[in-house]
Amino acid sequence: MSLLTLERVDKVFGGLRAVGGVSFSVEPGAIFGLIGPNGAGKTTIFNVVTGVYRADGGRVLFDGHDLSGKGPAAIAALGVARTFQNIRLFRAMTVEENVMVAGHKLHKAGLVSAIFRNRAYAEDELALRTRAHELLDVLGLAAQAGDVAGSLPYGSQRRLEIARALMLGPKILLLDEPAAGMNSNEAVELERQIRLLRDQLGVTVVLVEHNMSVVMSVCDRIHVVDHGETIAEGPPADIKVHPRVLAAYLGQEDEPDSVSEAHP
Amino acid sequence: MSEFFQQIINGLSLGSIYALIALGYTMVYGILKLINFAHGEVFMVGAYGGYYIATALGVDGYEASGVGFPLGLALVVLVLAMSAAALLGVTIEGLAYRPVRSAPRLTPLITAIGVSLFLQNAAMLVFSPTPRRYPAILRELRFELGGVIITNIKLAIFVVALLLMVGLKLFVQRTWTGRAMRALSLNIDAARLMGIDVNRTIRATFAVGSALAAAGGILFGLDQITINPLMGVLTGMKAFVAAVLGGIGNIPGAVVGGLLIGLAEQLTAGYLSPDYRDAITFVILVVILVLKPEGLLGVVRQEKV
Amino acid sequence: MSKAAETAGKPRWALRAGVAALTVVALYGVGLGVQAGLIEYVQRILLIAGINVILAVGLNLINGTTGQFSIGHAGFMAVGAYTTAFVGVELAPHVAGALGAGALADGVTFNLGLLVGAVLAGVAGFVVGLPSLRLKGDYLAIVTLGFGEIIRILFNNADFLGAATGYFGNSAAGLPTYTSFFWVFFWVIVVICLIRNVTFSQTGRSLVAIREDEIAAEAMATPTTRLKVLAFALSAATAGIAGGLFAHMQAGIRPEDFKFDKSIDMIVMIIVGGLGSISGAALGGIFVAVSLELMRDLQQYRLVLYALLLILIMLVRPEGLLGQRELGFGWLKRLRRKEGT
Repeated sequence: MSLLTLERVDKVFGGLRAVGGVSFSVEPGAIFGLIGPNGAGKTTIFNVVTGVYRADGGRVLFDGHDLSGKGPAAIAALGVARTFQNIRLFRAMTVEENVMVAGHKLHKAGLVSAIFRNRAYAEDELALRTRAHELLDVLGLAAQAGDVAGSLPYGSQRRLEIARALMLGPKILLLDEPAAGMNSNEAVELERQIRLLRDQLGVTVVLVEHNMSVVMSVCDRIHVVDHGETIAEGPPADIKVHPRVLAAYLGQEDEPDSVSEAHP
Repeated sequence: MSEFFQQIINGLSLGSIYALIALGYTMVYGILKLINFAHGEVFMVGAYGGYYIATALGVDGYEASGVGFPLGLALVVLVLAMSAAALLGVTIEGLAYRPVRSAPRLTPLITAIGVSLFLQNAAMLVFSPTPRRYPAILRELRFELGGVIITNIKLAIFVVALLLMVGLKLFVQRTWTGRAMRALSLNIDAARLMGIDVNRTIRATFAVGSALAAAGGILFGLDQITINPLMGVLTGMKAFVAAVLGGIGNIPGAVVGGLLIGLAEQLTAGYLSPDYRDAITFVILVVILVLKPEGLLGVVRQEKV
Repeated sequence: MSKAAETAGKPRWALRAGVAALTVVALYGVGLGVQAGLIEYVQRILLIAGINVILAVGLNLINGTTGQFSIGHAGFMAVGAYTTAFVGVELAPHVAGALGAGALADGVTFNLGLLVGAVLAGVAGFVVGLPSLRLKGDYLAIVTLGFGEIIRILFNNADFLGAATGYFGNSAAGLPTYTSFFWVFFWVIVVICLIRNVTFSQTGRSLVAIREDEIAAEAMATPTTRLKVLAFALSAATAGIAGGLFAHMQAGIRPEDFKFDKSIDMIVMIIVGGLGSISGAALGGIFVAVSLELMRDLQQYRLVLYALLLILIMLVRPEGLLGQRELGFGWLKRLRRKEGT
């Protein structure tokens, strides 16, 4: 059974139909790509799945649950984690605090324990801090644990967002343009980290990305949208040469032989 | 029945004054997303301005001799007071709001509260806290129509308010500055990129809003007969609620909101109890913010994530 | 919990009980000294300073730590003040009957009143917070202002509580003067410990996350509405305690005492100290108390100067004295690390 399914999802803003009748399924353990030209509706789809926007039509199914009408916190608690296109870190908090905040699964001791600072509270804090450091290690940020998040360089901030999302212990991770602003070396490292997320942590990944070499290299399956509608879906090899995809990215004239050629 | 119409007339005239003040709140919020707490004090200063200018033009003399204050001089008082208030509004904007325009939303909010507080207490020091009797810029004439008492002052309120609102509508729709104001309220960055002088337009917004508030102040003084340095606090608050009720940022909304608040207040005082005339406004505020925060004529704005 | 951990817990609690007992005794001693040694004038400043610290530290939890700006907290102070006074007056004869008249009975009556006042103020905070906290920024500020005024108008029309004239209890002398150096600073310590423990915990981290980026916090499964309302109710409850302490410092309380001016005082406290800092809030509370007394002769200038101060701080140093930092941060950090191991 697929982990995440979108069934004819619509989202309308005033007069603009940002997403129109989009359907796809993501299998557990997949690395699923969601691509399309700018303004195609990719982030809007993420926002609908995570409950930030309410769908105007269709529905989203996750792990057997119908997500219709659920708020972002409830959906996150079910196991859907995400990063944001414009990084949304808790800038005034330290790196490790940013990750610890997302530790709702591990956080057992309640507010009363915190007020009385009992044993349960101390163990709780230790568990949160330990797990946070494990994740920071995986993402290569262990050394910066005590630094203020806002002071981190851009690339590190992106990785911190991923570590924070992983703290939720999610089943699925939605990455919104994680390679933005990265050079080719950093992008290759990112590819390695994405595969690691799936292989070591068992997290299914859905990736919105403009960097075509990352997408083609890492994704099992790619879904392409343009102007809010599906125009293609399939394995990278098919998508690379799909005429409608090329037309969407480049216009009707001068079609190169593959998408990678257009986005070196 | 005639009592009911009396309340309606009184409510609408009070509401017209609230509408004049509410317009200033709504225009500034529409562009800067800032609640200009000090706007109530501009209203108060406008009233005092009218007081002092009329006194300087010898209104007391006219009153004593039984002859009415000349209409021409009354208009002079109005124009001068409105101009002074416009100047005050622009000064406040330049000194206190412009430096913090790009700061996180909390900072201008606190600054605005500070300016409001400052003006209230400075006014108490300068004008003395004792309420003053408002000069007879218009000598009161009463008419009775089917059991309902209408004074020329109430008529003046309707006429002046109506003229000013029509003037504002024409200004906003027909003039460059007016259209610039509308552009800024829709998308300030795009407006800047289109070459609109943002600072000048904001100054104009404050000037116009303040002038309207001053007119409201003079009319209020004529209607309520006494003024005091803290008159802007409660009335300003009510006018703000009116702006929120109509849909903050929405100009027709401010007018609708003002009239509704005026009516609600008058009817509550008349039929429920005078003790609750102030409370009803706060109740309306809470209800509208909880049920429909964008106001009666407002539109929900979706936040981009 | 392992056997070792369980046995390790016992000495910890014994240590804490010991420290608490010592603090109480020390506080009592200092209180006696203050009453004997300092003039009335200075004593009053100390009491007001303590009450302000409670107000500021409590308000800072919702305004500073959680970033939800409320400007109507005087209303909650009023709820606490009136409740404590009323409960105290009604309860006093019963308690005195059971325990005999004297300091013990007074202490019990007073603290029962304070607790009931805190709970009622907290409930009021819950009722106000639940609908209001859906709003953001300016809208939230205005609606809390509105609620604060509604609460005051309600008290103004409550005849059984004296309405506009005020509540002076049952005797001719007015409300009993329960408030003392000891009780004020006892509650100061309790409130600071409470707020500090909430702030430096997973709950506190979640509150800061809400302040920093509420959308991201939600995406990280943080129950934002529940936490915002909780912080709001908690800060209302502490304002209630301050109100109760305030009530028993004077002959009576009137709705006049809880006007918007009072909310403004509270805002000045946390702005001056630094929004988001507990120690900053405490400093701000002391500042307002001291400046209030120093300017007693210049009453009419006090608010003008406060206003200018607010504007100046916003223009020049919006983060106030301490920003979001705490005094003795290093010490605090070491303490936290010890608790985590």
